[in-house]
Amino acid sequence: MATMTAEEILSIEERYPQVFRRPLYKRFAPLFLFIGILTYLVYVLWFFSLPQVLRESHWERLPLFLTQWISYDLQPEFRLDQPEITPKYPRFSALGENPNPDWVIRNRDGTFTVLIDGPAKSVTFDKAQATIVANGQTVPVSLTSGKPVISGPMPDWITAHDDEVVAKMGFVGEVRVTVDRVKVRKRFLGWANFVFDTRSPFFGKSTGEVISLIVSGPELKPGTSNLTLAGDNIWNNAQWQHGDVWTKLLQTIVMAFLGTLLGGIVAFPLAFFAARNITPSGVLSQVLKRFFDFMRSVDMLIWALFFTRAFGPGPLAGSAAIFFTEIGTLGKTYSEALENIDDKPREGVLSTGANGLLVQRYGVMPEVIPVFISQTLYQWESNTRGATIIGAVGAGGIGLKLWEAMRTNSNWANVFYMVLLILLVVFIFDNISNFLRRRLSRTIHDYNRLQAEQG
Amino acid sequence: MADAWRRQTSLRRFYTVLGVGLLLAAMFASMWFADEANAGHFFDRLPHILDFLSWLVPKDWNDVWRALFDIASPHDTGTQEYNFPLGRIFVWGGFYIPEYFELMLTTVNVALVSTFIGFVFAVPFSFIAARNLTPHPALRLIVKRFMELLRAFPEIVIAGLFAAIVSIGPIAAIIAIGLHSIGALGKLFYEINENIDMRAEEGLRAVGANWFERVRFADLPQVLPNFMSYTLLRVEINVRASTIIGAVGGGGIGEELKLSISRGFGAKTLALVLLLFTTIFIIDQFSAWLRRKLVGEQAFMMGA
Repeated sequence: MATMTAEEILSIEERYPQVFRRPLYKRFAPLFLFIGILTYLVYVLWFFSLPQVLRESHWERLPLFLTQWISYDLQPEFRLDQPEITPKYPRFSALGENPNPDWVIRNRDGTFTVLIDGPAKSVTFDKAQATIVANGQTVPVSLTSGKPVISGPMPDWITAHDDEVVAKMGFVGEVRVTVDRVKVRKRFLGWANFVFDTRSPFFGKSTGEVISLIVSGPELKPGTSNLTLAGDNIWNNAQWQHGDVWTKLLQTIVMAFLGTLLGGIVAFPLAFFAARNITPSGVLSQVLKRFFDFMRSVDMLIWALFFTRAFGPGPLAGSAAIFFTEIGTLGKTYSEALENIDDKPREGVLSTGANGLLVQRYGVMPEVIPVFISQTLYQWESNTRGATIIGAVGAGGIGLKLWEAMRTNSNWANVFYMVLLILLVVFIFDNISNFLRRRLSRTIHDYNRLQAEQG
Repeated sequence: MADAWRRQTSLRRFYTVLGVGLLLAAMFASMWFADEANAGHFFDRLPHILDFLSWLVPKDWNDVWRALFDIASPHDTGTQEYNFPLGRIFVWGGFYIPEYFELMLTTVNVALVSTFIGFVFAVPFSFIAARNLTPHPALRLIVKRFMELLRAFPEIVIAGLFAAIVSIGPIAAIIAIGLHSIGALGKLFYEINENIDMRAEEGLRAVGANWFERVRFADLPQVLPNFMSYTLLRVEINVRASTIIGAVGGGGIGEELKLSISRGFGAKTLALVLLLFTTIFIIDQFSAWLRRKLVGEQAFMMGA
């Protein structure tokens, strides 16, 4: 920046003494605020024993979990202590009842080859020796001496434990070798069996095959058409539970919609009695305002827990919780909007001899209805986000499902599926609400402009 | 003329009736759907709606105070319902903090720290995301989308993810609410930034100030009161959020409340509700007072 001379600074100081000689507490207020915040942060560091928590946390899990959001793995195991080596897959693996993947190869000489990322990352083994190939290196592991022994130099992607050799191959997977078994984990990008699960007759068929079966194939299950069967299989997919997830998602949407709408309907008449400029009684206004504060301050969580006990878990409890909180929030915002209206239209209608109800209808409502609707839409939008979370305490909707999927720490792909659906819903509803509010604010704008034109 | 007017009003009336009719239809359909999906049905449960209040009424109203301040109850039979003194957290000799106050403090601290995190990140982001102040349009788009994502991402998922990493408890709640606050505050902040008076900015630009200097000396002083006002509003929201996250495993008073309600401990529940209600009420009123001092009546006009 350009610098000023001392004289210029002095002359400015003389002209504006109030800016330069302020009281002490005002001059040092930012400093005190800063020191205060710093002290508070140190206190919180101690309060939550943050250093200890961070020391004991498992940050290495984060990338692992995040990869599980968008990928799945298959873990074949090969027992070497049986007469014949056979691949075994865990129950309910993504490959179904008869797994025969093309990346597990039974060679002519009795050895097995598992291609983890093509031949460049693979393992070939029989009962005596395993050969791990990765990163351009070939590492032979001898299995004859009672524990796995690596001959030759050991690359850094291999860890040799006492009785196990672990070869990590990055994202694509890993190989674990002991003398009596070889365990492979191969990771695939994407979601397994998203459309049809392994029990479905359509499982493992290409899109073309499925379409031709639906259009002209013989009935796979006698008595039902293939289209119905396919729809039923997708809806009841055991792993992804599309039907359940979508129903719960709809419950969440309904909870937000119902709670906000009912809250608005109840708050609407009450707000007129709470607004100081409209209500005939000041006491009533105070009572109603405190009532609104009460409904708001008893948290949505408390209402949710109470109504879950009263109605049993489900969307009814969630709707009721949002409804009660919204009476408070909308009642407060409605009555504040009413207190800010222009009094002239009311006086005009009053001067024609209209009764109380007609004055409200023609003197007040045209002015506040757009504001009311806009605020209700805003609350609807924010409740759509909020309804997810109160669901987790049992108040219905997708929240509980999400929480249960997360608790096991193994279903992250399902979690991500639900998160994507929630993001989509929030995005759509945000845009609807924004669109409607923009239309409304144009109405308000037009109204103001017309008023200004007419003087 | 009069005919056209009549036609227009009747058309408008038709649209209004249609809109209200559709809304009512959607409402009744939703009610039916919610009722069907619920474990207990509305009209079956309605006569019993006040039954659940019967367990809530304690045998002895003094137990509410005893539960709140961890004073031994004469009804103590060794069950969890009346083991009030067990929760005492001794600070100095015989001086102790009652358990529920400590839990409430945890919840409030979670809210304050996460609001602080939100503020610290949202301020620079908001200057990058404001159309009139951004250093580069591409950067603006990235930051804006990032904040949108943070805002829409369900808090409960972030909390669950970090519960698996930093262990279940308040730290996961702080991270979840903090990330959400960055997005929420960032949006409000950049909307303020887009409405500032640009003359101060132009003045500094004329003397050759760089971006940081312009933001610090021309823009920040204009928007800081409004920023503070929205941050205080966020504190109110975050206290509620941290209670709810607490109930699903984030620690603090939410967890205790959920346990107490699900086990039907009347006195404990009343004590917790009383404490939570009072705290939220005090925070709301204090923040409203402070906001009024900072920016005047403007703080209470919600975006119409």
